[in-house]
Amino acid sequence: MIPAENEVARALATPSDIPVRVALRSAVILAIFTAISTLLLAVSHTLTRPVMEASLRAKRMRAIEEILPHGIYDNDLVSDVLRLDADPSSALNVPSVFYRGRRNGAPAVLVVETSARGGYGGPIGLLIGIRADGTLLGVRVTEHRETPGLGDYIDPKKDKNRKNPWIAQFGGLSFGARPESEWKVRKDGGSFDFIAGATVSPRAIVRAVRDTLKFVAERHETLYGVPEKDPVTALSHSSQGDTP
Amino acid sequence: MITRAELREIFANGIWKQNSSLAQTLGLCPLLAVTTTLVNGAMLSLATLLVTALSGFSVSCLRKFIPHEIRMPIFIMIAATLVTIVDQCMASWLSEIHNVLGIFIPLIITNCIVFARIEAFAAKNGPIQSFFDGISMGIGMLWTLVVLGGLRELLGSGTLFSGVESIIPSLSGLRVFGDDYPGAIFFVLPPGAFILLAFMIAAKNALSSRRSDVSVHPVESAARQAMDTSR
Repeated sequence: MIPAENEVARALATPSDIPVRVALRSAVILAIFTAISTLLLAVSHTLTRPVMEASLRAKRMRAIEEILPHGIYDNDLVSDVLRLDADPSSALNVPSVFYRGRRNGAPAVLVVETSARGGYGGPIGLLIGIRADGTLLGVRVTEHRETPGLGDYIDPKKDKNRKNPWIAQFGGLSFGARPESEWKVRKDGGSFDFIAGATVSPRAIVRAVRDTLKFVAERHETLYGVPEKDPVTALSHSSQGDTP
Repeated sequence: MITRAELREIFANGIWKQNSSLAQTLGLCPLLAVTTTLVNGAMLSLATLLVTALSGFSVSCLRKFIPHEIRMPIFIMIAATLVTIVDQCMASWLSEIHNVLGIFIPLIITNCIVFARIEAFAAKNGPIQSFFDGISMGIGMLWTLVVLGGLRELLGSGTLFSGVESIIPSLSGLRVFGDDYPGAIFFVLPPGAFILLAFMIAAKNALSSRRSDVSVHPVESAARQAMDTSR
């Protein structure tokens, strides 16, 4: 259907030529459409949010179980949470979430949900499992936008080396196990392997794992001890005493 | 409601004559970004198919209430609302598939083909015709992206169907060239996609011109056709 000539003229007209009546009618119709869209989105959001949150929680739990040995903790880990904002004065300068696993009430394991800055396609989401004695249980990439087929070997599902994926070299390490200067990829003079041609992604992850381990080693007691109530302020108060 | 001839015409247009990627060359940005593997290409196309079909249907139903001069903001709002609702529903009830498709769904709204079909077809045709037009455009995109994604995956990484296990857990990807294939990064990166797409367009043009033996340049005639319908 070809629009009528007067319609074309109206569309081409400068704003001052459009009668107020027509402009008002358009405005009202646009407002009605906006209201209906908003209503639809509000309804769908309300209906889907609880289901979505439950499935996100289950997904996170599955990722955590992948790096933690069975039975290492006996509390409800995903509810024992500590959230930290980015803090330029500490080793860990990205917003992070700490899940605190305890066994018979004693600290057993920390799972840190954090991110590595400086990935090729933006920040890389990481899940890092650390035993109470400071040794690494494992690292998993939860979210990344590295180049497919090139930098995405950081995700063990995409790594061509199935038996011994790149990310597995972190298992069993601790911050004290290697001098701080060696926490780099080999190309930068450190002791971590990487795949030639894709250095950016592993470099970002090695740095993030180092920073997280350092942060945890520095304030180990504080991280387990802070009650859940208002954890962020509690930690910043108590950490003031630790770092003069 | 809809005649068989109409249906045939709609599907011939969407799948071959006015194929969104090969004839109208619309939506190239998501196409280049996503077709690194066959499965990714297929998934983005299926999600787009859903949105083109639903948005075509709803715009066509509402077309009598949409004034000509403010049709664009309203079309955008309808399409964006649909994309968001589809995204939320998938995140809730199809969370496994959403994990795979999650990044592609917001990309759909950046695909010009959605607006091109609303403007060129749904605003002027009935709801059922518009619904099938959306489906046929989606199928056209699906086969193109499957071929392009398959070629890039095969040449770039030596695999096929990798990532299929996240959709159907009992299946797994194929290593066509064995574990020793060194890979060709060129085909994984966007320039490789551009060049392969150019070969596909050339092949389509060669086939169409042989079939109909028209003297007009196929791309030009397709472009003219697209412009005629959108006028």
